[in-house]
Amino acid sequence: MSAHSHSDAHASHGGLKPYAIGFVLAVLLTALPFGAVMKGMVSGVQAVELIMGTAVVQILVHLHFFLHIDRKTDRWTLQALFFTIFVLGVIVSGSLWVMFHLNHNMMPMMPIDG
Amino acid sequence: MDMSILFGRLTLDAIPLHEPIIMGATAFMGLVGLGVVYAIHSNRFWVPLWKDWLCSVDHKKIGIMYIILALVMLLRGFSDAIMMRSQQAMAAGGTQGYLPPEHFDQVFTAHGVIMIFFMAMPFVIGLMNVVVPLQIGARDVAFPFLNSLSFWLTVSGALLINASLAIGSFARTGWLAYPPLSELAYSPDVGVDYYIWALQISGVGTTLAGVNFIATILKMRAPGMDLMKMPIFTWTTLCTNMLIVAAFPVLTGTLALLSLDRYLGMHFFTNDHGGNPMNYVNLIWMWGHPEVYILMIPLFGAFSEIIATFSGKPLFGYKSMVYATMGIAGLSFLVWLHHFFTMGSGANVNTFFGITTMIISVPTGVKIFNWLFTMYKGRVRMTVPVMWTIGFMLTFTIGGMTGVMLALPGADFVLHNSLFLIAHFHNVIIGGVVFGCFAAMNYWFPKAFGFTLNETLGKAAFWCWFIGFYLAFMPLYALGFMGATRRLQHYADLAWQPYFIVAACGAAVILLGIVFQVAQLVVSIRDREQNRDLTGDPWNGRTLEWATSSPPPFYNFAKTPKVEALDAWHDMKKKGISPLPDTFAPIHMPRNTWAGFVIGIAGVPLGFALIWHIWWLAGVSFIGMVGAAIVHSFNEDRDYYVPADEVAEIEGRIALAKVA
Amino acid sequence: MNSITMGVPHHGHHDDHEHHDQFGTVQLGFWIYLMTDCVLFCTLFATYAVMSTAFDGGPNPHTIFELPYVAVETALLLFSSLTYGIAMIGAHQGKRGMTMGWLLVTAMFGLGFLGMEIHEFSKLIAEGAGPDRSGWLSSFFTLVGTHGLHVTSGLVWMTVMLVQLAKSGLNETTIRRLTCLSLFWHFLDIVWIGVFSFVYLMGVSA
Repeated sequence: MSAHSHSDAHASHGGLKPYAIGFVLAVLLTALPFGAVMKGMVSGVQAVELIMGTAVVQILVHLHFFLHIDRKTDRWTLQALFFTIFVLGVIVSGSLWVMFHLNHNMMPMMPIDG
Repeated sequence: MDMSILFGRLTLDAIPLHEPIIMGATAFMGLVGLGVVYAIHSNRFWVPLWKDWLCSVDHKKIGIMYIILALVMLLRGFSDAIMMRSQQAMAAGGTQGYLPPEHFDQVFTAHGVIMIFFMAMPFVIGLMNVVVPLQIGARDVAFPFLNSLSFWLTVSGALLINASLAIGSFARTGWLAYPPLSELAYSPDVGVDYYIWALQISGVGTTLAGVNFIATILKMRAPGMDLMKMPIFTWTTLCTNMLIVAAFPVLTGTLALLSLDRYLGMHFFTNDHGGNPMNYVNLIWMWGHPEVYILMIPLFGAFSEIIATFSGKPLFGYKSMVYATMGIAGLSFLVWLHHFFTMGSGANVNTFFGITTMIISVPTGVKIFNWLFTMYKGRVRMTVPVMWTIGFMLTFTIGGMTGVMLALPGADFVLHNSLFLIAHFHNVIIGGVVFGCFAAMNYWFPKAFGFTLNETLGKAAFWCWFIGFYLAFMPLYALGFMGATRRLQHYADLAWQPYFIVAACGAAVILLGIVFQVAQLVVSIRDREQNRDLTGDPWNGRTLEWATSSPPPFYNFAKTPKVEALDAWHDMKKKGISPLPDTFAPIHMPRNTWAGFVIGIAGVPLGFALIWHIWWLAGVSFIGMVGAAIVHSFNEDRDYYVPADEVAEIEGRIALAKVA
Repeated sequence: MNSITMGVPHHGHHDDHEHHDQFGTVQLGFWIYLMTDCVLFCTLFATYAVMSTAFDGGPNPHTIFELPYVAVETALLLFSSLTYGIAMIGAHQGKRGMTMGWLLVTAMFGLGFLGMEIHEFSKLIAEGAGPDRSGWLSSFFTLVGTHGLHVTSGLVWMTVMLVQLAKSGLNETTIRRLTCLSLFWHFLDIVWIGVFSFVYLMGVSA
C-alpha cells in the first residue's frame, strides 16, 4: 500500500469538528425557514428571501464543512465549480426570463379545455 | 399466446417490406456488413479484433475507431442528402417526386441527426483522442476504460439509428424533434423513440468523454508544459470539453422529459394539462447552440496547427487565440434564443440575444486575422490540409456573415426556417467543421497509420467538395429570399426549380468528391510502402505528437518529454534535444478490458427494448450494464509495467526503420 | 542515435509522481462529473420554475405538501451526511470496522429517506395527483424523483463498497472510491436543500 495515501492534502480532514459544526449550522438553517413557513410567519416576497437566503447559506455550509472546499482547494476544482455556477445561473435565469416573456406573449388567455 | 409480453409492440409488420427504397438500402447495409464479416474472417482477424481493438483502452485506437464510425455514417447521412436534393429537383409544380412525404420527413430528420451526432461529433472526438495525449506528452487519457466506454456507447447510438431503417421507422420531426409533433399524440410510432434513445445513450458517452479530456489536459501534461505552452489544438480541445460537460446534461435532461411525456403520460411539453412546448425549444437550444461550437472549436484548433506548420512559422497571436477561444466558449451560452427569435419572446429579449449573437462573431474574426497573419511572410506549402484550410477561411467567413444577417431579429423574422437559414448553417458547418475534419484527417493520418495519403486524389477531392458546396448551397440563399422554406417535399412555384436543379448538381459534384476520398484511402493503403513516414515528422511539425514515430509505439513516449517552450517539438529540434532517453525505464500502462465494450454495446438491446416496449429485455440489459460495471469494479488487474528491455527493443526497431 | 542500455527496472521517480497524481486526477474527474449532474438538476429546477403554476386546475402545493413529513426526510438526509463524514474519518484513520459500521448507518438513513419518498409518491398517485395529472406535477415528480434515483444509486454504490471493504479492506483504491462516494453523497444533500427550499417551502408559502 502506498505510503502517502492518508496524508494527502486532497481530503483535508480536521476530524469530527467540521462535520459537527456543519451539522449544527445545517440544522439551524433548515429549522429556520421550515419553522417560519409552517407557522405562517412569512409569505410572499419575504418568504422567498428567507427561504432562498437560508438555502444559499446552507449550501455554502455544506460545501465548506462537508466537502472541505476552502481557499486551499485545488484550483481546477474551484474553477469547475465557478464555471458550473455560471452555467446554472444562465440556465435558470435565462429560462425564467425567456419563458416569462414567451408565456406572456404567446399563451392563450383562456385555458383550453383538456 | 400474448406475444406482446415477449416482443412488446414489435411485430413482423415493423419491417417495411412494401418500401422498395428502404428495403434496398437495408439490403445494401446488410451486404456491406456481410462483406466486413467476410473480410475479418478471411484475414483471421477475429481474435486480434477482440483483443486489440474492441477491448482496447489505447486512445490512438479508440480515436481511429471513432473516425471510422464517422466516415461510415458520413456515407449514410450523405445518401440522405442526395435523396433530398434529387427529390426537390424533381418535385416542382404538380409533380410529387419519388419520395412520399412520410418518407421524405424521415430522410431530412435522419440527415440532421446522423451528420451532427454520428458524423461530426465522433470525428471531432476521434481527432481529440488521437492527437491530444500525444500533444501533451502523455501516455493515454486520464481514464482509459471510460474512454472505451464512451466510444461503445456512441456506437450503440449509431447502431440504433441504423436499425431504424430496417425495423420500424425513424422520427419525422426534424433533427431536434420539437413537441408537440414529437409527442405521443402526433408521433405515436417508434420513430421518435429511436431518436430519443440513440441520442440519450450516445449522449452519456459524450458527456463522459468531456470529463475524461478535461481531467487529461489539466492533470497529465508533460512537466514544463504550462497552460500557455500547450499546443493550440489542446487548448481548443479543453474549451470544447468544458462546453460538452456544461451543455450535454441539458440535452440529457430535455430528452428525458420528452421521453417521460411519451412513456409515462406526463405533461412537460404537451398542449394540454399545463404543458409548455415552448420550453422544449428553449431547453434544447440551450444545449444546441453550445453544440455547434463543440463541433467547430476543435477544428479551429486543427486549422491553427496546420497553418502554422505549413507556413513554417509559429501561430500568430497565440495568446489572443487562446482568449478568443475562451471568449467564444463562454459567449456560446448567451446566444441560444437566436434560434427562435420568431417564437414570440418580444423585442427586449430578442434584442439582447441579437446583440450577444453579433458579439460572438468578433472573437471568430480575430482568429481569421491571426490565421492570415500566420500565413503572411511565411513559406506556405500548398498541401491538401492547407487547401482545405484556405477553402475553410473563405467559406466559413461567408457563412459567418450570413449568420450576422440572421442575428438581426427583424431580418430573421423573414428568413427564419427558410432555405437561407439552411444555406447559412451548411455554409458554416461544411465550410468549418467538414472542411476541418478533412484537413485534420489529411494532416494527422500519417501519424496514426504510418504513411501519407495520396496528394493528387486529396486535391481532387478538395476541389470537388469546394465547387460542389458552392453549387449546392448558393442557390439556397437565393431560394430563401424568394420565400422557399425548409423541409419541402414538393413546391408549387416552378421558378424555383432551376435553383434546385443547380443545387442537385452541386450535390453530385460533392458525391464525386467523396468518391475521390474513398479512392484516396484505397490507393494510399495500396501504395503505403512507397509513402511510409519513417521520421515520424513528415511535415516538419512543431508540436510533440511529431516527436514520436508514425504510428507511435503503444506507450507513446519512451521518455516523458520535458517542455521548455511553446511549440515544444520545434523547440526541441532547434536545441537538438532528442526525445529518446539515455536509459530505458519500465513504463506504466493500462490494461485492455472487455468492460467498455460490453457495457457500451449493451446500449443496443437496452435502447431497442425501450423503443419497442420490450420491458423484460430493457430490465435485463440495464441490470446487465450495471452488473458488468460492478464486476469490472472488482477487477484489480487494471495496469501493468512494460519492461525496460521491451521498450528498448521497440525503440531500437523504430531507430532501425528510420535508417533503412 | 542513443545507445540502448539495459536499464535496471525500477520504480522511477516518474512513476511515484503518476501514482500520487492518480488520486487527484480521479477526484477532479469525479468532481467534473458531479458538475454535469449539477447542470442536469439545474435543467430540472429551471423546468420546475417554468411550470411552477401549471396546475391545470388540479392539485397544487397547498393541497398536497405536508411540511412536517418533508422535515423528517430532510433530517434523515442531513444525519446521513454527518454519519458518512464519520465513516470517512474512520477510513482516514485506517479503521475498517468503524468505516463499515458508519457506512451502514448512512445507508439506513438513506433507505429511510427513500422509503418515505416512495410512500409520499404512491399516496399522491393513488389520490389522482400523479405526474400525469398536470405539468406542475410532472415537473415535481421528475425533479424529486430524479434526486431519489440518485440516492438509490448511492445506496447501491454503498453496498458495493461494503462488499469491497469486507473483501480487500481499506486500501488506496477503496479509499479513493469512498472519497468519490462522499462527494456524491454530500452533493445529493446539497441538491435536497434546493428541493425542500424551492419546491416545498416556496410552494407552501407562496
